[in-house]
Amino acid sequence: MPNTSQSGKSSSGLPILSISNLDKTFHSKTGDVKALHDINLNVRKGEFICLLGASGCGKSTLLRIIGGFETLTSGSAQIYGSDIKEPGPDRGVVFQDYALFPWLSVADNIAFGPKHRGVSKAETKAITEKYMEMVGLTQFANQYPNTLSGGMKQRVAIARVLANDADILLMDEPFAALDALTRAKLQDELLEIWEKTNLTVIFVTHSVEEAVILSDRIVVMGAGPGHIDTDLALDLTRPRDPSSIEFNDLRRHVGSQLRSHIVQQNNKKVSVHV
Amino acid sequence: MTLDLSLNQKSEKNLPAKTDKSGFVFQNMKGKLTKVALGAIFPVFLLLAWHVGVIVSETRLIPLPSQVAVMMWDFAFGGVYDDAFSASLPVHFWVSIQRVYGGFFLAVAIAVPLGLMIGRFRFLQTMLDPTLSLLRPVPVTAWLPLSMIFFGLGPKSAIFLVFLGAFYPILLNTIFGVKSVDNKLFESAAMLGCKGSQLFRSVVLPAATPQIFNGLRLGLGFAWILIVVGEMTGVPEGLGAVIMDGRTLSRTDLVITGMIIIGITGFVSDRLIVLLNNYLLKWSPQHHA
Repeated sequence: MPNTSQSGKSSSGLPILSISNLDKTFHSKTGDVKALHDINLNVRKGEFICLLGASGCGKSTLLRIIGGFETLTSGSAQIYGSDIKEPGPDRGVVFQDYALFPWLSVADNIAFGPKHRGVSKAETKAITEKYMEMVGLTQFANQYPNTLSGGMKQRVAIARVLANDADILLMDEPFAALDALTRAKLQDELLEIWEKTNLTVIFVTHSVEEAVILSDRIVVMGAGPGHIDTDLALDLTRPRDPSSIEFNDLRRHVGSQLRSHIVQQNNKKVSVHV
Repeated sequence: MTLDLSLNQKSEKNLPAKTDKSGFVFQNMKGKLTKVALGAIFPVFLLLAWHVGVIVSETRLIPLPSQVAVMMWDFAFGGVYDDAFSASLPVHFWVSIQRVYGGFFLAVAIAVPLGLMIGRFRFLQTMLDPTLSLLRPVPVTAWLPLSMIFFGLGPKSAIFLVFLGAFYPILLNTIFGVKSVDNKLFESAAMLGCKGSQLFRSVVLPAATPQIFNGLRLGLGFAWILIVVGEMTGVPEGLGAVIMDGRTLSRTDLVITGMIIIGITGFVSDRLIVLLNNYLLKWSPQHHA
């Protein structure tokens, strides 16, 4: 296995998130499954990172450990220098299936975080209105989630973590369930928000194109057990044009990195069966 | 992932629930009348069959529907028979309502919080499940002798039986409701900074509301069923007591009158719960009854 090669960009500056020698093993009745092995990753404030890999490479598990939903088996995962123990408002999570509170209106979903952290009513209202406007849902303020389209639901999900003052946005294949047009629109909106807010984004995806459109840095992960294979810094100007030659060169390059891992994984699978 | 996706699409497709289950759309006044008329066909048929059945069989044990109607009038307003039961409906009705709702609300007050806790904390379930499962199959009627010893001959005994009958459906549905809350919602709440006891009010209770209301409807139904049993315990007043008196006096018109009034009141009670259900669950049209 090639060792993790940190890109030059990420090694400078103070990391907001730092993961070292992280291992994760799931214990089950049928035996232990090693999901992640020797993960090393530093994320600087304001970075937009994509964790890219095929299903089963542990990218979502890694994100869930950062989110505080899973515990690590060995190694360390620290945010601002202290160990991650539980979920917290500093790390806002956007799930693929939205996970909005169906009994709350759009406005109340967005107000959920501030309200539970003891922010005053007037301030909560102001925050809610601000972020509702940012994601373009002001006119849907009183509607319930089940009346919204997938794209609108995901906008609410993004707005509610922004309203809660999250520093890091953890996104677990957030646009995978959306149609291509809605996905492209939300990608643009996310980048716009990211540029406006100085957020740090860790974005899990299995789409090479999505990773190249969005990120400063692509962390390519391989399976069996999940590990980081390549850590690529992207020097592509924004806004990015998916039809440009540079974009397609990069996409091909990243794609070839990813494909080499899938082949490895398949070989391993065969050898296990034989 | 693909499974999630298809589920999402499916639920979204099911959402525009403006038509009722049979596919009819009742929007205007005419439609509402049609609905009432449709619902009335079978009761009218039953009344006719009852009437014809009594005449053809020449039985003296069962009164005609019209005789029961007279009895109901006398029971409610008096002026026909002028006996002990004339114009006594308000008294009986009121004490029965108090007992039914007394027992029911007592059951709600205990079963809902208990169910929320059992559903959320595994150790509580492990601790209480054997006891609850053991007591559950015991018919409420079997408690009658003991409840008379515990609470004496009187309304307390009736309230206790109603409470027992309503308790289990509410408890079990609440536990089920809590257990079927999507774990993602707890994760959502946690990452937004909502934890501890806040979770109960802000996530567990609202998310379990559809199932809790199933339990409330079942529980209130059982409460009305058990009021007759409860009022067998020697109380002088109440719709159940009237039915028991009717039985002792061989007055089937009185028995049937009591049955019909309990049926109607139970029906209205259920409608009230459904109204509350639809109001509280306006976020989820598929849970509307």
